[in-house]
Amino acid sequence: MSFGPHLLLACLEGLVTAAVLSLTALGLSLVFGVMRIVNVAHGEFFMLGAVLAWWAASLAGGDPVIGFLLALVISPLIVGAIALLSERLVLRRLHYNPEATIVATIGLLYILQQAALSLYGPEARPVPAPFNVRIVLPWFGYSGYKLFVIAASASLLVATWLVLTRTRIGLVMRATQYDRETAQAFGIPVDRVYGGVFALGAMLAAVAAVLIVPIQQAHYLMGRDPLLLSFIVVIIGGLGSLRGTLIAALLIGLSDGVISMFFSPTLAKMIATLAVALVLVFRPQGLFGTAQR
Amino acid sequence: MSGAKAISLHVAVIILLFALNFLLPEYHHGVLARVMVFAVFAMGYALLFGYAGLLSLGHSMFFAAGMYGAALPVLHLGWSAPLAFVAGIAAGTALSLLIALLALRTTGVAFMIVTMMFAQVFYLAIIYFSPWTRGDEGFALDRQARIVDLGGNLVDLTNPTARYMIALLLFTIALFTMLRVVTSPFGRVLVAIRENEERTRMLGYNTFANKLVAVVVSGTVCAAAGAAYALLFGFAGAGFASVQYSILPLLWSLLGGAATTLGPALGALFMYYLVDITSGYTSAYLLFVGILLMLLVLFFPKGILGTARDRWARWLP
Repeated sequence: MSFGPHLLLACLEGLVTAAVLSLTALGLSLVFGVMRIVNVAHGEFFMLGAVLAWWAASLAGGDPVIGFLLALVISPLIVGAIALLSERLVLRRLHYNPEATIVATIGLLYILQQAALSLYGPEARPVPAPFNVRIVLPWFGYSGYKLFVIAASASLLVATWLVLTRTRIGLVMRATQYDRETAQAFGIPVDRVYGGVFALGAMLAAVAAVLIVPIQQAHYLMGRDPLLLSFIVVIIGGLGSLRGTLIAALLIGLSDGVISMFFSPTLAKMIATLAVALVLVFRPQGLFGTAQR
Repeated sequence: MSGAKAISLHVAVIILLFALNFLLPEYHHGVLARVMVFAVFAMGYALLFGYAGLLSLGHSMFFAAGMYGAALPVLHLGWSAPLAFVAGIAAGTALSLLIALLALRTTGVAFMIVTMMFAQVFYLAIIYFSPWTRGDEGFALDRQARIVDLGGNLVDLTNPTARYMIALLLFTIALFTMLRVVTSPFGRVLVAIRENEERTRMLGYNTFANKLVAVVVSGTVCAAAGAAYALLFGFAGAGFASVQYSILPLLWSLLGGAATTLGPALGALFMYYLVDITSGYTSAYLLFVGILLMLLVLFFPKGILGTARDRWARWLP
């Protein structure tokens, strides 16, 4: 293959990464934006989503379409329930103190990781894709499922955006994000909004994992990279900014795809992480965000 | 006087540890030597976290800077152990100064994320430069390099007693340095910054400079622990630079009491045996670590000695 098609392939792979990444990062960004806390266990919700997708696929007994649809329903529900439970039992009692929350979510990270290792095992297990169509391009064939992942993520993002900007729930969430105390004074049940947002953030990560797992295999340590990349995306995009998160996910996903194809993946990660740390140091509001009130 | 009480307690701890060298069975003797080195790491961390109130999630890079700063010259240049130890500490000081200058521009949550990311870059760099660092699998130090010539006396760092005594010496120096620092005017300023940075600045203190010194002292102590670990136990590996080794000192400090001098060491000892004993029954020791972290932050945010100080012994430093 010559350079052009190679680049196209890299871009397509980058788009798949970007699609899944923007869903995961959106969850982290929502939680940070509304609740002002950093959820270190976010990557584990992603991992849990993937592991549950494998479980759902094995429940369906070999029919990949039913397994996939089942996973798409039960995996976010279970992950959301776990997130809600930990929010009610732990985070609320810490009064969302940012530092105590980080320590507590590190604890949650270990608990979920160990639970996955004990109950699911150390192996990476594949989940069959719901369909196997190869889209034949002039230079190479490309998996139709991957294109489906891109489309599905894009529609989920649009749906989230519509919920946030067009519905009453979204209005309540934005009001809480804008000014928690005034929102409370206007009768918004801030406490319940917090619980809901935390669960919603985890569910977005779980959906992203269900989508990616036919490509990537489910493994109990798979939460690490999405966590780091989501952090990177959320920071570059500006903490709490939806539009910034999207642009940053595209930027990071594409550049990750391109750099990893032409250079070493470790080097790509190194450069990205360093760049982000420096962005946070010199431009704390992110590249696309505005200064916090 | 409360100061005298505190000093006698610290001296008593050192004497107890010295006596244990002759009393402990072989296995626990080795464990305690290792725990003392980790306790130095914990103390370096707690100085920043407990007293200055800066929660770093990247201290594994300082430990690893000390470890590789000492181990790489031994491996590639054939340096002797004392020289390598100094090189490890110097590497830690230089790195902590650089990180402090960058990371201290941020506060709160951003500080945690930035330190975590710098540590991640450091970890990835160790993996990337595998031809020199041997990456994840690490490397063992040559036994010959770990025999030190001290004025004609050969000290073999592979000998358990020598190892224990050197670890104890390092522990003693670190403990009394910490006691000295936290009771000094500088230590008081750090506590003031922790309680209310804005007000401390209004009182005329240069809070940035004080925090800078705190990060550098903390990083240097952690690097000393890393260098000592490499030389005493003869191994350096990328695992020590991973995020887990940034979280462990946080856990040790929280458990024992982050704003106490003896707490981090107590936390390290307690944690080591907790993992040691539970891993005898189950491989799921991370579960205990996770549950412990949550319970601590929920019910004992001040740790064992912090709670003890509030209830019974106001004089604990």
